[in-house]
Amino acid sequence: MTDLYQSQRAMRNMRRAALQRGVVAVLDVGTSKIACLVLKFENAEEGPDDGLGALAGQSQFRVIGAATTRSRGVRFGEVDAMAETERAIRTAVQAAQKMAQTRVDHVIACFAGARPRSYGLAGEIELSDGQVSEQDVARVLAACEVPDYGPGREALHAHPVNFAIDHRTGFGDPRGHVGNRLAADMHLLTIDTAAVQNLIYCIRRCDLEIAGLASSAYVSGLASLVEDEQELGAACIDMGGGATGISIFIKKHMIFAESVRMGGDHVTADISKGLRVPLATAERIKTIHGGVQATGMDDREMIEIGADCGDWEKDRRKVSRTELIGIMRPRVEEILEEVRAILDAAGFDQLPSQQIVLTGGASQIPGLDGLAARILGQNVRLGRPLRVQGLPQAATGAAFSSTVGLCLFAAHPQDEWWDFEIPAERYPARSLRRAMKWFKDNW
Amino acid sequence: MRALAAILGRRGGAAGRYREELRREKRDPAPSRLAYRVERLWLTPGFRKAVRVGLPSALILAVTAGWLGDAGRRAAMQDRLAGLRESVENRPEFMVSLMAIDGASEPVANAIRGMLPVTLPASSFRIDLEALRATIAQIDAVAGAELRIRKGGVLEVNVTERVPAVLWRRGGALEMLDATGHRVATLLDRSARHDLPVIAGDGAEQAVPEALAILSAARPIQSRVRGLVRMGERRWDVVLDREQRILLPETDPVTAVQRVIALDQAEDMLGRDLTVVDLRNEMRPTIRLAAPATGEAVSETRVSGP
Repeated sequence: MTDLYQSQRAMRNMRRAALQRGVVAVLDVGTSKIACLVLKFENAEEGPDDGLGALAGQSQFRVIGAATTRSRGVRFGEVDAMAETERAIRTAVQAAQKMAQTRVDHVIACFAGARPRSYGLAGEIELSDGQVSEQDVARVLAACEVPDYGPGREALHAHPVNFAIDHRTGFGDPRGHVGNRLAADMHLLTIDTAAVQNLIYCIRRCDLEIAGLASSAYVSGLASLVEDEQELGAACIDMGGGATGISIFIKKHMIFAESVRMGGDHVTADISKGLRVPLATAERIKTIHGGVQATGMDDREMIEIGADCGDWEKDRRKVSRTELIGIMRPRVEEILEEVRAILDAAGFDQLPSQQIVLTGGASQIPGLDGLAARILGQNVRLGRPLRVQGLPQAATGAAFSSTVGLCLFAAHPQDEWWDFEIPAERYPARSLRRAMKWFKDNW
Repeated sequence: MRALAAILGRRGGAAGRYREELRREKRDPAPSRLAYRVERLWLTPGFRKAVRVGLPSALILAVTAGWLGDAGRRAAMQDRLAGLRESVENRPEFMVSLMAIDGASEPVANAIRGMLPVTLPASSFRIDLEALRATIAQIDAVAGAELRIRKGGVLEVNVTERVPAVLWRRGGALEMLDATGHRVATLLDRSARHDLPVIAGDGAEQAVPEALAILSAARPIQSRVRGLVRMGERRWDVVLDREQRILLPETDPVTAVQRVIALDQAEDMLGRDLTVVDLRNEMRPTIRLAAPATGEAVSETRVSGP
């Protein structure tokens, strides 16, 4: 735990150094594509700390380089073939650097897989001197009982979601308040260590320093949920290629994240198997003719499949759109059913507002919103990422919501556990701070 | 290879296209690790600047230094440069062939001609006008000189000569001085400049303006004034004919002269038989009678004063 805490702190310092230098890259390692944006920060220091600045705080950076490449060696949002992934990352980074005409050394990465699991943590302490100080906040966060999340897993995000003093709750920042007991709720997201270490290894092999890691479910929620949705409660469903990420937001904090290990690539694979065509052809048929809602003229709309085998009968095959929908719809339904199950398990129906936002590349299937409304509930909309300065038109689609969210994450990270002070008790026995605390307590 | 593929593509139709596609599929779009690193290095601003500015300038410097390292080549280059300079300087446009002297008398003009360091015609680059002007100004008879090179290769010298105001008798020689006391020339014959008054004595040349003021105040008795003598380098004596002297005070000698002239006009004092009118103490003017007069009777005449 402490080890991870230190490494997360180191990443934060790295991010600060990158902002000082003014250039940082964000890298979205997905199953179907790897996107890299190079951000240039106009004013190197951090903006005003009043939450959000002008243009939701994005006016301070601008995208100066963008590149996307087909992902290779990634399955279910996890690195599968290291060398292939490394090459794909290299391609994306080099193209983005070339467009930006500058070299980037720091990269903030996100990924969809690695089996994220959410935990709600609660901690409570007695306040020693009536008023909440920074040290008290640190202590209450340290007092949160960490569940046994098993070996081989690590915390990726640990957001303090809520603070309560005595019987008052809902504090964002408890410092300075007067009370007797301070309680904190924390949301902890853990992931598989091995998966993230593979990714880190791939990025290191590209001579890049990691300045931050994020879960793509979380960052696509940041980018595609609008402010009131984040405030009142909403779920962002990021339907990627190999994994579908679910994140639930309320009061501008993520309180839950999970992922379904299924995505658009599975739909493509189904089409490929069902129609007996190569994956590339299946992907093309899916994007051009795909759909999930049956209509009256589907039977008459014949799709040429085409092939190159030389057998006339096979090369001239045609299928009706009905057949295609018949292949796609069950898989999409399956994904959405899984999402429904996860949302139910997370207690999403308890939230005041139950907005569901579908985003990610696979959310572009025509008719998906209707199907999702049937399965997930009526409050469903399709989400696109926020506009950020300098983003190319090609990267404004739903497929780039986690990339754009990563930009926001880079510019304005929410406070995490490791951004707070270390409580004095945890310091080594000989530290100066500990000695000062001893003096304070005894005189 | 490409040509082969093109042929295949044209002839083989679908099969050729398939092979083409397969080949395209095989090509790895990813840069090699080395290419990636080189590109990153190239995008590093410092390195980029070093290569684009530092390297060419270092190269130029090295080549130049290597070329100049050989003494023979250096000398040859200097020779070539000198030759080039020479040829430009000696162009007819820059040649000075004539010297025109204005405002100088013949001997002064001859002296100036002798002072020109180069023989005409010469290049105007060789003539240092400022130095030449300073040299010309060193001639006593010259108050100031203006030099310029006119179009057509004429060196024009405008000389302002000093105007002699007094003669200064020193030892056996007579020097002409101008109104400021600066020497103009030596005069061999007094009668050549009969119009100039004579001054004498040590330090007389330093008080020429005062002497001129005294002389102009003594204009009513001009016919009798032989000259002025500087006494003890501090005051003047007016020497008249008939062995008479007027001893003037150190301060305000002009007023003293005017007093003497007033007395002379009222009483014909200087026509009397006296040798010295002593006005050194203005409260107590004194006269000394000639020797015969003292022998006959002692009678002092009170001239003026309280």
